[in-house]
Amino acid sequence: MALLEYALIGGILYGIFFSLVGIGLNLIFGVMRIINLAHGQFIMLGGFGAYLLARGLGLNPLFGIPLAIAGGIVIGYPLYYGVVPRLQKSQDPEMLSFILFFGIAQMIEAVAVFAFGADQRSLPQDALGSGNIGVLGQEFPDSWWVACLVSVLAILGLYLYFSRTRLGFATRAIMADRDEARATGIDVDRVSAIALIIGIALAGIAGVFVPYLIGSVSSSIGDGLTTTSFAIIIIGSLGNPLGTVVGGLVFGIGTMLMQTYYSSWSNLAPYALLLAIVLVRPSGLLGKAVRRA
Amino acid sequence: MRKPPAWRGPVLVLVALAAIFAVAPRLYSNESVLFTMMTFMALAQGLNLLYGFTGYLPFGYVGFFGTGAYATSLLVTFTSLPVIAAVLLGGLAAVVVGLILGPLFRLSGPYFSIANLAASQIIYNVVANEALKPITGGPYGIKIEHVYAPTASYVTMLAILLAATALAAYFRRSRFGLGLRAMHQDPISASLAGVDIVRERLIAWLASAAIAGLAGGAYAWNLSVFYPEAVFTLQISVFAIVFALFGGVGTVIGPLLGAALLYAFYAGIGVSAPQYFELLYGLLIVLLVLFLPNGLASLLTRRKVDVL
Repeated sequence: MALLEYALIGGILYGIFFSLVGIGLNLIFGVMRIINLAHGQFIMLGGFGAYLLARGLGLNPLFGIPLAIAGGIVIGYPLYYGVVPRLQKSQDPEMLSFILFFGIAQMIEAVAVFAFGADQRSLPQDALGSGNIGVLGQEFPDSWWVACLVSVLAILGLYLYFSRTRLGFATRAIMADRDEARATGIDVDRVSAIALIIGIALAGIAGVFVPYLIGSVSSSIGDGLTTTSFAIIIIGSLGNPLGTVVGGLVFGIGTMLMQTYYSSWSNLAPYALLLAIVLVRPSGLLGKAVRRA
Repeated sequence: MRKPPAWRGPVLVLVALAAIFAVAPRLYSNESVLFTMMTFMALAQGLNLLYGFTGYLPFGYVGFFGTGAYATSLLVTFTSLPVIAAVLLGGLAAVVVGLILGPLFRLSGPYFSIANLAASQIIYNVVANEALKPITGGPYGIKIEHVYAPTASYVTMLAILLAATALAAYFRRSRFGLGLRAMHQDPISASLAGVDIVRERLIAWLASAAIAGLAGGAYAWNLSVFYPEAVFTLQISVFAIVFALFGGVGTVIGPLLGAALLYAFYAGIGVSAPQYFELLYGLLIVLLVLFLPNGLASLLTRRKVDVL
């Protein structure tokens, strides 16, 4: 029982954090119908940002969060106006964006290798608290709880953005129908650019905690994180950012159960979940993904 | 002026390919570069069979390559079949995997690609699993050096490249390929016009899988000692995709040219400075998508040159 409790509680913590990992990808997809295949690389950049602050300047890694937001603006704004309108005019924006962002992912990865080498880097273990907090007798490191708390706050913030602000309303209008939103006078490009910035910033914020939850950050973790994020948002609901939380929890608990009971096969968990879900329920969980012929 | 017979172009391309790679080892001593170049030309062409004609991008294409490599190696290790038969069965193994993954076609565009990537990761994680060490060698790799035969495997790979190219020429010029392209443009109209899209798409998929499986088998034979990482690295999918895109998918000579040029470039600078190469080909992908989505071949087709 203790093992099961450990797996379940750990899975919930891990899952809430992974909701944050996936949510930016889902937001960008929902608003722009483009596939940000560089998502994992943006997370990786967030991790390296926190690493620089912590090891280089001796700051608390939590300062990586404002850095990630700044990074989101600096990268997201030119990226939007540089490629997105052009992509959306093409014949098949989803497929072309998929390939284009793959190219961007490769460039980010190459730059990260120049800047940081190929080694794995970790953050100071006690920067987010050195103790453990227990629930039902199962203890988890403080850093997990901090990551979980930040994830909840970020997701809550996104929820409030959608439900309480004019920009949030406009964003939801664009998600529902881009052309009609434009017809009602919404500045689609500006709102979408902001969504892209938020999506990248959320990825960067998740990256700050990746060294704690996964153990380290290195220039090659991006592709794996992208695939995992895809699994999560497909399990949740594509195009609906808040549905990502469901996906995150399923993924987190599933992974923790696998690690507890079949650890040698646990690497398979995200891929097997992804494949199982897309094959078993292609229509229910991801309406858009079903081909029409 | 009389139209040249339909078979002339494909035959010219095949003869030229065979001649180039038959003579090349006499002019250029580093045979492993030539071998790997043929491998990527075959993979780019195999990927083109699916992506170029149906629009489905198999991001996990390397899964078939690895499946072929391991199926061939295991057959050589545990049976007394001739190696060439093991390579053919490696292609068959990839076809079987392709059949199992057939339901992926329920997904559209990018979801298909991601699910295919997940599938290839599953195959990799199973083959390289510590628990299967007695059979596949797990993460410690596999050795079939007792059948190592550089010349025979070189000829085999050339044959696979020619087969892939012949298939692409068939897709390009036949009614079957026309049906595939009609499906790519508008699946509903195509099926109304009598194209059996489910069947045709599956055939293209299995042909594409078979080429990757065969290439994997011949590659394993040529390496003869390798780690699972060597035949399952995502980089193989990536190279096949970029090379095919660069040359121009949906044509016969595009993927061949793209793979030959870019691989030569990679062999020149990429091996010693992989991150420079990664940066450059990342940039190349971005520029291609934005400015030349149909590859080098489209420079000719735009000027109404009839490219095979």
